[in-house]
Amino acid sequence: MGWFTKSKKTAAKPDSPKKEEIWVQCPSCKAHIYKEEWEKNLKVCDRCHFHDRLTWLERVEVLMDEGTFVELNSKISWNDPLKFSDSKGPYAEKAVENCEKTGMSESVATGTGKIKGIKVAIAIMDFRFMGGSLASGTGEKILLAAMHALKHKLPYIIVSASGGARMHEGIVSLMQMPKTCAALAQLRDANLPYISIMTDPTTGGVSASFAMVGDIHIAEPRALIGFAGRRVIEETIKQKLPDDFQTAEYLLEHGFVDMIVHRKDMKETLYTILKYTGCH
Amino acid sequence: MSLDFEKDVADIEAQIEEFKAKNPEPTGALVKELNRLELERADKLKETYANLTPWQTVQIARHPDRPLIRDFIKGLFSEFIELHGDRLFGDDHGIIGGFAMMDDIRVMVIGHQKGRELDEKIKCNFGQACPEGYRKALRLMKLAEKFNLPVITFIDTPGAFPGRDAEERGQAEAIARNLLEMSSLKTPVIALVTGEGGSGGAIGIGVGDIVLMLSNAVYSVISPEGCASILWRDGAKAAEAANALKITAKSLLQLKIIDEIIPEPLGGAHRDYAGTMKAIRKSLIRHLGSLKKIAPKKLANRRFEKFAAMGRFK
Repeated sequence: MGWFTKSKKTAAKPDSPKKEEIWVQCPSCKAHIYKEEWEKNLKVCDRCHFHDRLTWLERVEVLMDEGTFVELNSKISWNDPLKFSDSKGPYAEKAVENCEKTGMSESVATGTGKIKGIKVAIAIMDFRFMGGSLASGTGEKILLAAMHALKHKLPYIIVSASGGARMHEGIVSLMQMPKTCAALAQLRDANLPYISIMTDPTTGGVSASFAMVGDIHIAEPRALIGFAGRRVIEETIKQKLPDDFQTAEYLLEHGFVDMIVHRKDMKETLYTILKYTGCH
Repeated sequence: MSLDFEKDVADIEAQIEEFKAKNPEPTGALVKELNRLELERADKLKETYANLTPWQTVQIARHPDRPLIRDFIKGLFSEFIELHGDRLFGDDHGIIGGFAMMDDIRVMVIGHQKGRELDEKIKCNFGQACPEGYRKALRLMKLAEKFNLPVITFIDTPGAFPGRDAEERGQAEAIARNLLEMSSLKTPVIALVTGEGGSGGAIGIGVGDIVLMLSNAVYSVISPEGCASILWRDGAKAAEAANALKITAKSLLQLKIIDEIIPEPLGGAHRDYAGTMKAIRKSLIRHLGSLKKIAPKKLANRRFEKFAAMGRFK
């Protein structure tokens, strides 16, 4: 049973539910929306069109044909090559907490599945796992899914949602940038399509690696997409930046995304594009 | 300029200067005394540099007298034909490059430029390259591939430029494109981190068959200051962050991120340019020789395998 349908059932329980079980407040326009409606709209505000972040499982539901997704390499997890600790304690503890919180082993889930009958390989990042940060396990899963696409001649789709490289794995995280791009170069050489979907946020080392080298770039409305952080840029140039700076719309204007697609239309759009790349 | 932790060395150096001023032509016992002071200086230098903390290493990597790209070009190559522009927008001064000759080997040299004097530093954004810098670098690498020239990159940047224009012209795309193209370039690539290997700005020209580091260079996913301000909520904890991030050449060799450390002369590259160039030249000649024997297609495959294996732990 699907995630959204599941939630609908929970919301419809007969006992007197708490306020937050009935209402959701849109994080952007602050409007109160029926939870049932919010979920039916795939966590998009029907008043201001704000696209809230999705978990990887929710994303599977939105994009893939029901029951077709098969996860790959689910055992690959985070690593602690630096034995890193910061003022809040060891990275290892933080990572374990994130695994428990999300039920994931890393910030990305990968697998294969069908989009209106077309088989694809897909990597879906999940912002809940340490801000979707790119670390060794993330890079390895993205690379292996690309290799799977190469072997089985499948189109590859990556849904990015990440603040960038994970500091806790230091230089090893940085090396996931060339690593993932090297894998995508292999797909390019084999003439296999690679579609990059940028969701909120796609920044730092993720925007400066696999997210920006797609054959086709699709962004969700108003997603934050950029290299450096707004505050760092403002401090560097000593100027205020426009409100829409680094939004999907801004990137479309500057030529770095092909299209902005509403979540409800994403699956259909992917199908249409895949058809043009020769997939069926 | 001497650094805080070099105080002992600086004290002896001051003594030597004073002694030389007092005794312009020393003889007999005075010569012995001068020799004793020189030896003491060497011992102190050795002691200081043998026990550097990561944060001290960062300061050496950023030392204002450290050799920069123009010094490396002058010290290592007999000829340099600079090539300008990305053919799309402009010519960035944060990355320079061109044809160069090392002995009788034709190469393509590309590197970050930090600038020595203030006006030069401003012109090249203190070594923080813009998208057009990365795109120029890629254009030169493609030229190198076309004409069978090995590429040698010199990495020394605090990071890619975090500016409004840079974002609008696709800083992220420019770096990403380089990573993809460099990984499959069909000519040898040697990357040498000479000073600061600052994150995406560094790896943007750093995807090499061989990755080398000078012994006092650093290479990191984020600056120690940046990491400290995020994870320690205090930029002043940079020394702790530098420790935790494992950014020294020694740590990176252990992590198998780099292939070799090029030892700097006693007291760091900034104290002895000639000695530094000699060590770099020796290493480059050796690696150019062995990479030349590998067929271009195989080289690209090996490079893919090399980076694919990074961060694979089980």
